Amino acid sequence: MNQRPAMDISGLPTFGHGPRSPTWWGTLGFMALEGTGFALAAGAYLYLATLWPNWRLSAPQPNHWPGTIVTLLLIVSLVPNHMLNRYAKECAIGPVRIGMVVMSLLGVAPLIVRWFEFPALNIYWDTNAYGSMLWVLLGLHTTHLITDVGDTIVLTVLMFTHHGYSGRRFGDVGDNVFYWDFVVLTWIPIYLLIYWIPRLG
Amino acid sequence: MSSADLTSERDLPPEREASAKGDVAPERDGPRDTGMDDASLHRWLTRTWRTPPGIIGALSSVDHKVIARRYLVTAFLFLCLGGLNAVAMRIQLSGPQRGLIGPDLYNQLFTMHGVTMMFLFAVPIVQATGIYLVPLMVGTRNIAFPRLNAFSYWVYVSGGLFAWVSFALSMAPDVGWFAYVPLSGPEYGPGKRADVWAQMITYTEVSSLAVAVATIVTVFKQRAPGMSLDKIPLYVWSLLVTSFVVVFAMPAVMITSTFLILDRLVGTHIFNPAEGGDALLFQHLFWFFGHPEVYIIFLPATGMVSAIIPAFARRPVFGHLGLVLSLIAVGFLSFGLWVHHMFATGLPKLGASFFTASSMMIAIPNGVQIFCWLATLWDGRPVIRTPLLFVFGFFFIFVIGGLTGVMLASVPLDLQVHDTYFVVAHFHYVLIGGAVFPLLGAAYFWFPKITGRMMSERLGRWHFWLALIGFNAAFFPMHIVGLWGMPRRVYTYPAELGWGNINLFISAGAVLFFLSFVLFAFNLVHSALKGAPAGDNPWDAGTLEWATSSPPPSYNFARIPVVTNVEPLWAEREALPVATGLRVDARELIISTVAEAHPDIREKSATPSIWPLLAAISVGGTFLYSIFTPWAIVWGAAPIAVTLIGWFWPKGDPEDEE
Ligand code: HEM
Ligand SMILES: [Cu+2]
Repeated sequence: MNQRPAMDISGLPTFGHGPRSPTWWGTLGFMALEGTGFALAAGAYLYLATLWPNWRLSAPQPNHWPGTIVTLLLIVSLVPNHMLNRYAKECAIGPVRIGMVVMSLLGVAPLIVRWFEFPALNIYWDTNAYGSMLWVLLGLHTTHLITDVGDTIVLTVLMFTHHGYSGRRFGDVGDNVFYWDFVVLTWIPIYLLIYWIPRLG
Repeated sequence: MSSADLTSERDLPPEREASAKGDVAPERDGPRDTGMDDASLHRWLTRTWRTPPGIIGALSSVDHKVIARRYLVTAFLFLCLGGLNAVAMRIQLSGPQRGLIGPDLYNQLFTMHGVTMMFLFAVPIVQATGIYLVPLMVGTRNIAFPRLNAFSYWVYVSGGLFAWVSFALSMAPDVGWFAYVPLSGPEYGPGKRADVWAQMITYTEVSSLAVAVATIVTVFKQRAPGMSLDKIPLYVWSLLVTSFVVVFAMPAVMITSTFLILDRLVGTHIFNPAEGGDALLFQHLFWFFGHPEVYIIFLPATGMVSAIIPAFARRPVFGHLGLVLSLIAVGFLSFGLWVHHMFATGLPKLGASFFTASSMMIAIPNGVQIFCWLATLWDGRPVIRTPLLFVFGFFFIFVIGGLTGVMLASVPLDLQVHDTYFVVAHFHYVLIGGAVFPLLGAAYFWFPKITGRMMSERLGRWHFWLALIGFNAAFFPMHIVGLWGMPRRVYTYPAELGWGNINLFISAGAVLFFLSFVLFAFNLVHSALKGAPAGDNPWDAGTLEWATSSPPPSYNFARIPVVTNVEPLWAEREALPVATGLRVDARELIISTVAEAHPDIREKSATPSIWPLLAAISVGGTFLYSIFTPWAIVWGAAPIAVTLIGWFWPKGDPEDEE
């Protein structure tokens, strides 16, 4: 088919941050489907909790402290996370490198506490369905946490190589920030569901 | 790289508010297509976009057309396998008390048939059609996240192989395609069969989800300049809506199958009522996915119909906006219906009425669609060719399926025919009428684009009539035998019930229907080798996939089209307006804004890579191993991590660096 030039796009930039970039939308898509998975798991928990009048099935209270510490750590981590986002937008390689190191450490810290959170549930997964659901919810979020921390560490290393100083990498950092927000956000309802909702009734 | 390279940037960074204290990321440059003559442009782009030669090259391909072709062929093979399952079942049922197939093998047969048709044929083939067509129709050079797309294919084939190797080892799931607990649970499902079901489902759905995300982003961000929301072709809309349904529905089945394997493997009690779990929870979770699943298959089929009808009615489709809105409405409503699969479980009355109402409500947008199609045909000058014949077949069969569906949505009737052949008849009318007939029409319609050759019209007509007659002969009498009370999933029945003759008739119809596919396969192969050359646009259709050669070059379009109309090729008959200014030495494409499709970024698309295959192997190995021990997850983590790092680590191409 014949063609006639009708538009010149040679001046367009080669990368963009946030919703301008396809990766951002891809990340959003994965958040949507993972969020659906979380919501369904939480729904399954609530379904069982309302089905059985004696929910918690006479299991002991979980010790909320490890979970609370994880929550605080995650909330605190949001501050450097957003500073990092700003540096990434400014393509400032030095501060971005520091920010990535900080975020890697702030990713590993809750994972360490998480190790103590499982026994603090005070029940095993195979004791009864209540125990199963607690382990499933906590396990889902832990998987999430591990994959994102792994991702962050690899990207941190990458930022220290000669591949780091490029528009595309700064975009990746921005998406990493975005995803971490999601990891923190999904934890809050799970935290409430595991430790506080059962205490209401 | 020296720091001198870093300062040779051409453009300013995109963020206008970027403050002075931050430095600017570097950008390198290369030759552009502006003013380049056609021959050199072709030479450059071919070198940049080709799939590398050799075996490793083929396994590394990230070209959406190559991946889609593999998907299409694989899905067709699974259709044949699933069809052979069905023929085997029908031979066993062709007379009372036949001893060809025992109950154990029969259980595996109907389960493999259902699983293969739903998870390995229907969903993959509609997604594959989208992988091929969506990038062409929106006027871009590759799908978004091409490596993820390649990964999804490897996951899909290996998941399918896994199921079929299990079948060959007599280890196939035997608990029905929806594997209800407690039958599939640890107590009643000994051995590994239900585990095969669970892990195969979780694993293959990874692939559907990956394709869905890639499709959404392609449609949102890679549309040709000017293709604002109101100019998106209906087929692309249908895939967009479908992909959203996938994103919100598929996690439900993954959660279901994961809970199941946990119950079976590590002793959780999620579905065990004796320890505070619940068996009905399985059904809720499964059908939260299972009903939308039907629309995942059906919506793209309606998109195909909306593409075929205007091309043969010789006018733009009537009620474009109405059709878009109905697609979206069906997408939403599909989530409100799952409970109608559970009427027989004794739910509260009010709840059941709600789901009856919403089951009936979905008839409204579907009615709007049918009305718009008929109006288009009515007002046009229809040219009856094979693709259109299959669309007529779709109307006819789907309307019957819809009618029996409305019947089943009423609780008293559902209770009467629950788990009988009436239901088997109903869902084959919906699935085959609603999806397979449009798909066959689509095969005749787009085959010339994919291969550059026309399919035989004469064989096509034979195929159509054989399929229509065979289908109805096989499935219409199932309504009757279902009303007589014949249950589904039985391997035989006693002679005294008098179901022998009608079952023989059904089996004959099934064989006829199967033969129609043999004819189709012959037509495919024969036409691919000997068909008449097609040219770019054999049907004189109006959407962008017809603007490029058949088959399209690796880079799809020498220059990205600029869109001015829903049917761009009808609006710009003399010369297609195009955009210039992309680099030719790196895989550049245009990223545009979501609503208006203003060109916004020149982004690089990923280069070929073997890592997606290696990643699929490590993920697949982990899943396989996890059937035997939960520690597989721990051992598998290392190879998965290594392959993912290999996948994402930059190798120094311009595509990686900039
Ligand atoms: C050659 C064409 C086909 C024939 C002759 C056929 C025949 C059958 C029969 C006889 C059954 C019932 C088995 C039983 O309950 O004992 C069945 C079940 C089923 N079919 Fe088909 N079928 C065909 C194509 C398809 C297609 C194209 C799809 C989907 C796209 C499909 C999906 C299913 C499903 C989901 C089941 C239920 C399996 C279960 O009970 O778990 N079939 N089919
Ligand atoms: Cu349904």
